[in-house]
Amino acid sequence: MNSQKEKNLTIKNMVKTFGKVEVLKTVNQEVRAGEFFTLLGPSGCGKTTLLRIIAGLEIPTSGNIILGTDDITSLPANKRHVNMVFQSYALFPHLSIYENIAFGLRSRKINPDDIKRRVEEGIEMLGLGAMRDRMPDQLSGGQKQRVSLARALVNEPDILLLDEPMSALDAKLRAQVQEDLRRLQRKLGTTFIMVTHDQDEALVCSDRIAVMNEGQIVQCGTPEEVYDYPCNKFVAEFLGAANMIKAKRGTGGVETELGFFHLDKMPDWSEGLITIRPEWIKIRETQPERNGILATVEDSVYRGTNYDLFISPGNLRVRTSSYKHFRTGDKIWLELTAADLVALGE
Amino acid sequence: MKNKQILWRGEMTTKASLFRKGLAYLSSGISWLMIFLILPGLLFVGVSFATRGDHGELLWKFTMENYERLAGFSLFGWTPDYLIILWRSVEVAFVTTLVSVILSYPLSFFIASRPAKSRYVWLTLVIVPFWTNMVIRTYAWFYLLSPELPLAKLAIALGFIPEGTPLYPNAIAVYLGMVSVFLPFVTLPLYSSVEKLDWSLVEAAQDLYSSKFRVFTQAILPQTSPGLSVGIILTFVPAMGTFVVPDLLGGAKYMLVGNLIQQQFGSSRDWPFGAAVSLGLMVLTMISLQIYSRKGKEIEIL
Amino acid sequence: MRKTHPVIKVLALFTVWFLYLPLMGVAVCSVNSARDGWVWKGFTLDWYIKLFDNEWILNSAWNTLVLAVVSTAIATVLGTVLAIGISRFPWGRKTNSFLNMMLNIPVVIPDIIMAGSLVVVFGILREVSSMFDMGMIDMIIGHVTFQIAFVALVVRSRLALIGQDVEEAGRDLFASNWYLMRKVMLPLMMPGIVAGAMLAFTLSLDDFVLSFFLSGPDSQTLPLYIYAAVRRGVTPQIHALSTLIVLITVVLVVGAERLSKKEVA
Repeated sequence: MNSQKEKNLTIKNMVKTFGKVEVLKTVNQEVRAGEFFTLLGPSGCGKTTLLRIIAGLEIPTSGNIILGTDDITSLPANKRHVNMVFQSYALFPHLSIYENIAFGLRSRKINPDDIKRRVEEGIEMLGLGAMRDRMPDQLSGGQKQRVSLARALVNEPDILLLDEPMSALDAKLRAQVQEDLRRLQRKLGTTFIMVTHDQDEALVCSDRIAVMNEGQIVQCGTPEEVYDYPCNKFVAEFLGAANMIKAKRGTGGVETELGFFHLDKMPDWSEGLITIRPEWIKIRETQPERNGILATVEDSVYRGTNYDLFISPGNLRVRTSSYKHFRTGDKIWLELTAADLVALGE
Repeated sequence: MKNKQILWRGEMTTKASLFRKGLAYLSSGISWLMIFLILPGLLFVGVSFATRGDHGELLWKFTMENYERLAGFSLFGWTPDYLIILWRSVEVAFVTTLVSVILSYPLSFFIASRPAKSRYVWLTLVIVPFWTNMVIRTYAWFYLLSPELPLAKLAIALGFIPEGTPLYPNAIAVYLGMVSVFLPFVTLPLYSSVEKLDWSLVEAAQDLYSSKFRVFTQAILPQTSPGLSVGIILTFVPAMGTFVVPDLLGGAKYMLVGNLIQQQFGSSRDWPFGAAVSLGLMVLTMISLQIYSRKGKEIEIL
Repeated sequence: MRKTHPVIKVLALFTVWFLYLPLMGVAVCSVNSARDGWVWKGFTLDWYIKLFDNEWILNSAWNTLVLAVVSTAIATVLGTVLAIGISRFPWGRKTNSFLNMMLNIPVVIPDIIMAGSLVVVFGILREVSSMFDMGMIDMIIGHVTFQIAFVALVVRSRLALIGQDVEEAGRDLFASNWYLMRKVMLPLMMPGIVAGAMLAFTLSLDDFVLSFFLSGPDSQTLPLYIYAAVRRGVTPQIHALSTLIVLITVVLVVGAERLSKKEVA
């Protein structure tokens, strides 16, 4: 499976209303050929609807989908060269694993020898050799997921769609599968579009993440961009823990109730929020030159890999390595460096 | 009217096209039911207002005579004969259903408490009579009610029937036959509810209430009401209209509405009257279903 | 498993005994060499053997079988298609109530009323064509009419278990409507279709009332034969026939249960 189809997917002015509810509010986005693209957001944000529209399982109220140079908006699902891994896997319960995988090839009346070859390749690639003759109800969740992947990928789709592929798996398996999925995509070079509400998943697997909320794409960028430079409070908090500090614009920085902080990048607003991730706040022996606070440790929570310290003033959360141990009441100096502080938009 | 594009269960199609397809699927079955169920039904209602010709043929002359006769009004004054028959059918059906319910609960509990393997055996034991022909199950009572066997001997000793006669045809035989025929009709649906019973709720009720009756009505009855409802409807309604059992075990002395109807389509050849009586039965059926759905809600509140 | 209260146990066993009492009586009589059946005169299988010489019985058995097979075949097809039509299309609330009612009427209505109305209809149709004379065709039509509803109800409940995502997956994998139906829907519906057919078949074999009202001189079925015979006077042969039928029923029921266990997907 080594087809390199240089087809970009363009979503243009996509609107979808169900009855009175606007689920997608004018979405515009481009997904580049060969990338692992993730739609990340809370339930109800419209990410699954968008995915299903791309698959052909929903019709947009208005808008277009363009794959490569073709407008596929009116093309039915069974004619689109796009395949999906369903959240419930949707394996055919009456067919063996082999036949499940072969389904999309048989339905197109592909020559039996080719079918055999391609199915065997799929089985090999996803490590399903031992299960080829078993029935879906005999498989574990993780195995079903691999069958579901193989079933879609043997058809060499232009785009592979994944609907919350890991929601049914337990936590330990999930971490392994996330990495496997990423490796698989890199190996195949096929465009993957994944929908998830789990930010870890998005960060591990993706080339680019589109964070969605209430029917719109709020921010789109690489995992680093979205995590390090969130554009607003929603994105900042959705991607991970984030300290929120109310600020007023000043010269070269902002005024806050914790003091004056210098910023590398000045915001547009006169009043707003700045944020800094818990792991970026540095603990100093002495008062830092600038952007420092004298803080009291209110509580300390051990997490195995690190400690989370709860700080006053400002109700801050600070993440430190597990080497240093702090007790409630300790007074420490914190530095919120200018490079790490991010001013948030609306 | 714009023909909207819609997505239905993965298929991209238009509203009109989907409608046409759905209609195509429905047409054969619905047409059949229309022609052989609904239309005959309507025709039947019409026939109940028609007149019987002198030689038993059907004359399309409007008359209320059949209904009047049913209500008891005829040339010779008022007789409640037919109304008695209707009432008796309701009575028999009611008693049959009641006894069947009373016997079905212990039976269902018993089967549900068996280990999984033998449960299947017990269920088969109940299903086999259920699928056995009603005629066989009914006439089988002839032997049991014969003068040589204990049941009849008891009745003879008590003076209910003369020496040497079997315990049929009469009312007792009909009741025995009806219960034995209809019992599985209640047991099987009831069992499917009893099987899913959450016993922890029953145990909680046993802690709360000292009266066993309240435990039953508060914990068991509500949970088993779906199966019970199906069982009651599947028993009461057919029981009202049965004619095999009263025919074989009740004879001319103990007629039920089923026998009356059968007569009109058989020896008496009076279709209009038969139709009227049938509609009377239909009305009774509807009324009982209505009462049941109302009473059913009251029992829930109990 | 809970302990069962002894009273419940006793009642339950009494009930089962009560259910089988008549049938056991018949079985005993069927192997009693006495003609009158009251007094025990010795074991014999003669009555069973004589059954197979009896033209009437063999004829009735044949008619019963033909009636059941033909009506089941027709009703299964019509009922399945109807079930698909009802449950796989977005009908409005009113249409759905109407369709539901149509399915429930044959199940709830006393069969004597249905029989009576069919007698009237066939009486009128007879004026047009003698095809509708009392007999096999009338009986088949009558049976199909109530079987359709039962088959449709069973298949419909099976269809409800087939999720939408399996159909969507099929389409995602390039299946056309026809391919989807043939390779996904029908195989998944099959247990329901088979169950519906078995139900229809048994209902037909068992039916007395409809056959009674609609049969002609050549189309007597076994239940009708037995009814006529016991009204004349019960003979041991009838007992033998009945016991045989009960035994066959046991085989069919056990066989059906085994089959349905295998089919559970």
